[in-house]
Amino acid sequence: MADWSGYLNLILQGALVTAQLTIYGSALALVAAFLAGMGRLAPWRAVRWLSTLYIEFFRGTSIYVQLFWAYFVLPFMGITLSPLAAGILALGLNVGAYAAEVVRGAILSVPRDQYEATVALNLTGAQRMRHVIVPQALPLMLPTFGNNAIELLKATAVVSLISLTDMTFQAQIVRAQTGNTLIPFAMILILYFAMALLISAGMRSLERRMTRGLDGVR
Amino acid sequence: MEWDWTFVAEIMPTLLQGLRLTLLVTLLSAVVAAGLGLAFAILRRSENRLIAAPVGLVIEFIRGTPLLVQLYFIFYVLPDIGIVLPPLAAGVIGMGLHYATYTAEVYRAGIENVPRGQWEAARATNLTPRQTWIHVIVPQAVPPMIPALANYLIAMFKETPLLSAITVLELMNQAKSVANSSYRYIEPMTMVGMFFLAMSLVSVVILRWLEHRFGRLAK
Repeated sequence: MADWSGYLNLILQGALVTAQLTIYGSALALVAAFLAGMGRLAPWRAVRWLSTLYIEFFRGTSIYVQLFWAYFVLPFMGITLSPLAAGILALGLNVGAYAAEVVRGAILSVPRDQYEATVALNLTGAQRMRHVIVPQALPLMLPTFGNNAIELLKATAVVSLISLTDMTFQAQIVRAQTGNTLIPFAMILILYFAMALLISAGMRSLERRMTRGLDGVR
Repeated sequence: MEWDWTFVAEIMPTLLQGLRLTLLVTLLSAVVAAGLGLAFAILRRSENRLIAAPVGLVIEFIRGTPLLVQLYFIFYVLPDIGIVLPPLAAGVIGMGLHYATYTAEVYRAGIENVPRGQWEAARATNLTPRQTWIHVIVPQAVPPMIPALANYLIAMFKETPLLSAITVLELMNQAKSVANSSYRYIEPMTMVGMFFLAMSLVSVVILRWLEHRFGRLAK
C-alpha cells in the first residue's frame, strides 16, 4: 500500500483551495448581487439596462463556458488571469447574477408604506436603503443566499478543469498515482458534503441572529 | 487576435454536431430526472421510516456534492465493481440522478398542494396507496409544477458541458478540440457561449408559455 498519509495531505490541500475559492467567490458574488440587484431598481435607465444585461448574460450561459472564456479567451485580449483569479471571477460573477435576482425580489417585497414613510421623513435615497429598506430585506435574502453559496461550492469542482489544484483535481491525481478510484472520490464527496452542511448551519445561525428582535414586525 | 468569420464558418458543422449531442443528453437526462424525481418524492413521503429516512439522506447527499465529482464517481469507480458504462450513459445517469434530487423538491411542493380532502376521499373510497398515487394525487400534483420542472430542464442544459470531462463529445468538447488543434480559442469558446445564450433565450419564451398554460400555482 502506498503512502496514504501523503495522499490524504494532498486532498486536504485541495480542500483548502476549494474553501478559498468558495469564500472569495461568495464575497465577489455578494458584491455583484447587491450592485446588480439594486441596479435593476435604479432610477436611471442606463444602469437598469446594464444590470439586466449582466444578469441575463451570466444566467443564460453556462458557468463552465464562462470559466473557459475567462481562462482561455481573455489572454488573447491582453488580460491574463491566474487560474485562481479566473476561477473566482467566473464563479463570483455567475452566482452573483443569480443572487442579484434574490436581492431585487427581497427589496421589492418590503412593503410600499415603508418607502412612503422614508419620503415623508425626507430621507435621502442612500439613507432610505441603508437604514430602512435593506435591514428589512436582508432576512428574506439569507435562506436563498445559503442555497446560492452551496451552489457556488459545488461549482468550484469545475475549476479543476482549468488546472487549478482544488479537491477534485487532487482526487484525480491520487487516482492517477495509486490506481485506486473509490477512496479518493468517496473521500472528496464526503468532504464536499461536510462543507455544504457547514454552510447551511452557518447560514441558519446568521439568519437567527438577523431576525432577532423582528418578531411581531412580520 | 482578430475575430475571423471564415474560421467560424469552418468550425460550424463540428459545433452543430456537438449541439445535437448536447440536446440529446439534455432530453435523456430530463426524462431520468423527471421519473426518478417523482419516485424520490413519493418514497420520501413513505410511512415506513426505514424507507423515508435513507431516501432523504441520499437526496441531501446528492444535492450537497458537485455533479462533476458524481460523474467521475460513476465513470471511474463503478467499473471497479464491474459496472462499465459508456460515457454517454454515465453522463445521462449522473445528470439525471443529480437533477432528480431537485425535481423531487418540486414534486414535493406539488404534492403538498393537493388538498387534504383528496387524500381523505381516496381513503374513503378504499383505494390502495398505489391507486391513490396513480389516479388521484399525481394527476393533480404534477401539471401545476410543469413550469418549475422546465426551469430545471434549462439548468440541466447549461450543465451539459460538464460531460466533456468524462469524454462525451458534446458542444463544449467539440469546441475544445477545435480550439486545441487550431490554437484559436476566441471563436469556438465565444460561439459556444452564444449557442447557450440563444438556447436559453428561446427557452425563456417557451417557459413563459408553459407558465401561462399550466402555471396556476407557479408563482
